[in-house]
Amino acid sequence: MKIKSLDPRVSRLELDAVDKQPDAVLKPEEHWETYQVFHQRKRGEKHSSVGIVHAPSAEMALVFAKEQYGRRGETVNMWIVNTRDVLAMDYDDYDVFATTPDKMYRDPAGYKVNDKIAEFKKSNLHV
Amino acid sequence: MFNKETLDAVRLLLLFQADDHLIIGHRNSEWTGLGPILEEDIAFSSIAQDKIGHALGLYSILNENLGEADPDTLAFMRNETDFTSSHLVELPIGEYDFSLVRHLFFDLAAHIRFEDLATSAFDPVAKLARKVKGEIKYHVFHANTFIKQLGHGSEESKARLQSAINQNFGLALGMFESFEGEQLLIDQGIYKGEAAIREAWLGEVQAVLLEAGLKMPDASKVEPVLGGRKGFHTEYLQPLLDEMTEVFRVDPAAEW
Repeated sequence: MKIKSLDPRVSRLELDAVDKQPDAVLKPEEHWETYQVFHQRKRGEKHSSVGIVHAPSAEMALVFAKEQYGRRGETVNMWIVNTRDVLAMDYDDYDVFATTPDKMYRDPAGYKVNDKIAEFKKSNLHV
Repeated sequence: MFNKETLDAVRLLLLFQADDHLIIGHRNSEWTGLGPILEEDIAFSSIAQDKIGHALGLYSILNENLGEADPDTLAFMRNETDFTSSHLVELPIGEYDFSLVRHLFFDLAAHIRFEDLATSAFDPVAKLARKVKGEIKYHVFHANTFIKQLGHGSEESKARLQSAINQNFGLALGMFESFEGEQLLIDQGIYKGEAAIREAWLGEVQAVLLEAGLKMPDASKVEPVLGGRKGFHTEYLQPLLDEMTEVFRVDPAAEW
């Protein structure tokens, strides 16, 4: 029985699992969860997703995120969100967006009004 | 504006702190590349780097305001017996439990000292203390969070932390060795003195350990490990200095 880890670097080593029962489940302290890090550059600006950190708690994630993502450039604030708490769509459902590019009427650039503005400006040049 | 005796005492205070910061910075940098996980490797290395920076700040004041040699000479050219580091910072990194506990002990003390020095009547050090305030705040946040996390972790993590705390408490108390002229600094509002710093430190350590579910050793029953401030060191300092100065000694006049 080889150790089967969620970490490919560990699995690659093909280590024999000696002390574990077959199909042993990892305990929480043996494998940390990921936390999403959101970084704010200036007050009032939005927080942007910058990546993840591995950590055993949200507070520890903040400790790590500060150095991982705040060590260069400007930072005024950071958010930490457990990846588990992010509700993500399934990529198989991407077809709900499939016809969106066709709906040009939702895009300001989709209207012909620019032609009219150009025409108006041109006609006013003579005034 | 301060008399010679006072400035001599300031010199000792700054030298003790500069040496402690240089040595612990070097020690903690030994974890770079070996940290328990990537994220912590980066965080702990950054903290070590900050400590070297704080040492440089203190050596620079010694050089610019108190007539000592330049920072590189102070850091790389002195003999072991000229160093004034406490024994706590000299010990090898050991295992992570020891390094974390030392980090907690050292940084709580650094935090209290710099907070006091931020309002010091000796202006250059007050300026430095205000500049590094945010960095030390993070160092303390890092230490406290780790100790709380592992204090409430497994039976093993709790036991290992508690042993490291118990075994190294006397070494930690050695950081607060009193020195000549201290009273002059207290009287003139330059520094509140080692006894007061130690009192505040005991309170802060107790608060963190309480929150982490760990036991505070009885300071009155632990003998402080003194001598470092007077140039008496552990067997570990000389090999550290040899390694730290190895590249510098190849060509001391090189431009970096």
